[in-house]
Amino acid sequence: MRALLCVLLVSLAGCATVPPTAGSNPADPYERINRHVFAFNDGFDRHLAQPVARGYVWLVPTPVRNCVGNFFANLGEVGNFINAGFQAQVSDAATDAGRFAVNSTVGILGCFDVARRFGWERNRQDFGLTLGKWGLEPGPYVVLPFFGSRSVRDAVGEIPDYFTDPLGYLKPPRSYYALYGTRFVDRRSQFLDTSGLVDDAALDPYVFVRDAYLQRRRSIVHEGEAPPPALDDDPDSPPAVKPASTVPGGGK
Amino acid sequence: MNVCTQITPRRHALAAGMLLTLGLVLGVARAADAPAPDSPDALILNLATEVLDTIRNDKAIQAGDFARVQKLVNERILPHVNFDKMTRLAVGRGWRDATAEQRSALTEQFRTLLMRTYSGALSKVTDHKVRLRPSHGQDGASDVIVRTQIVPSQGDAIGLDYRLEKTEAGWKIYDLNILGVWLVENYKNEFSATLNQGGVDALVKALTDKNQKLAAGSK
Repeated sequence: MRALLCVLLVSLAGCATVPPTAGSNPADPYERINRHVFAFNDGFDRHLAQPVARGYVWLVPTPVRNCVGNFFANLGEVGNFINAGFQAQVSDAATDAGRFAVNSTVGILGCFDVARRFGWERNRQDFGLTLGKWGLEPGPYVVLPFFGSRSVRDAVGEIPDYFTDPLGYLKPPRSYYALYGTRFVDRRSQFLDTSGLVDDAALDPYVFVRDAYLQRRRSIVHEGEAPPPALDDDPDSPPAVKPASTVPGGGK
Repeated sequence: MNVCTQITPRRHALAAGMLLTLGLVLGVARAADAPAPDSPDALILNLATEVLDTIRNDKAIQAGDFARVQKLVNERILPHVNFDKMTRLAVGRGWRDATAEQRSALTEQFRTLLMRTYSGALSKVTDHKVRLRPSHGQDGASDVIVRTQIVPSQGDAIGLDYRLEKTEAGWKIYDLNILGVWLVENYKNEFSATLNQGGVDALVKALTDKNQKLAAGSK
């Protein structure tokens, strides 16, 4: 396993193409390093995470996978509740607590998302968002090995998130690793359909993922009410006229 | 005889019943608001519902038939989209330097790229439903945002917002927001990198190459 990772690391480290303008975007001063880590993560994903997730989808029937996904999502309500509390989001915190209570009992240890049927939607939260609500700016964009896109703020938020994650309190460590691994595979399996979308949609996947991440986090901090981006529209600008020399047949 | 063992399950059932009733009341209250018929809200709700219904009943689209998706988009969706404006905004400053031919090439290639990209997503629609989210303080405005959610039977709802402009031919969509990400804004940065390096021709070429690659890959 370790040998395999080493091979991956070495073979992928040189693969990133870094454009000459790298680092000129003020939101991404570490673009040079980030692009290398992005290429590494992409290789890890293609060669290891995706095949494992595909195998999991192939092997495990959909209802069981739904149950597994719901189980981990239900454990996540603990962190959602704590962060909603930190953000003084009383109604969200109440929903999180209600969801956890109903789904853990009626929903059999979270296997079924019963609470959703009466309109209690999940409010995903993490400490990075809490810091954002408190007014902390995201800071520079970073790509972390294995974790992927983060802002410095959200990367720091991972530390308290570790402590609000019930899995971290499991003993012995072996069961922790087993569940953590299952959760990783489960999460990856849920995005198998969408990962191809970025490759299809993007001229430069690195830029596409970065901008989508930054926009999305900003939107969640503003609870979907972020002012839309200011767009520079000039509908009446006349089309440019081609210089005579480039007009086909112009030289005759 | 242990009394506790008898009371506890009953209490759980009672609590669950109360929660359930509360949930039903909230659910009904939410479903009650319907948008005014000529509003952008109504346009989006009808359009989205119609498109989802069409896909649900079309085996060819579900199998990923690109020609069928193209037909659906051209006939049903594009009449409500100001695609020229969408392209113009995404190209940004480069638009001023583009000739009329380059402009129509950019619009054409950008439309094909978006259609290729999202035909895959559209073909995965099964039992999704559309729900309007409240948007406020937009009465009388000529530039509005309609907020919706696409609700799958399993998993979290997907936020999908539309930005519309009032024109003489009715409301026209010119930007989309998927899960908090505005489409035009996201493409603007990508396009500007290519424009800075090689100008408008480079962008036309990059988009054309990309579409050819996608077309080759889907066959």
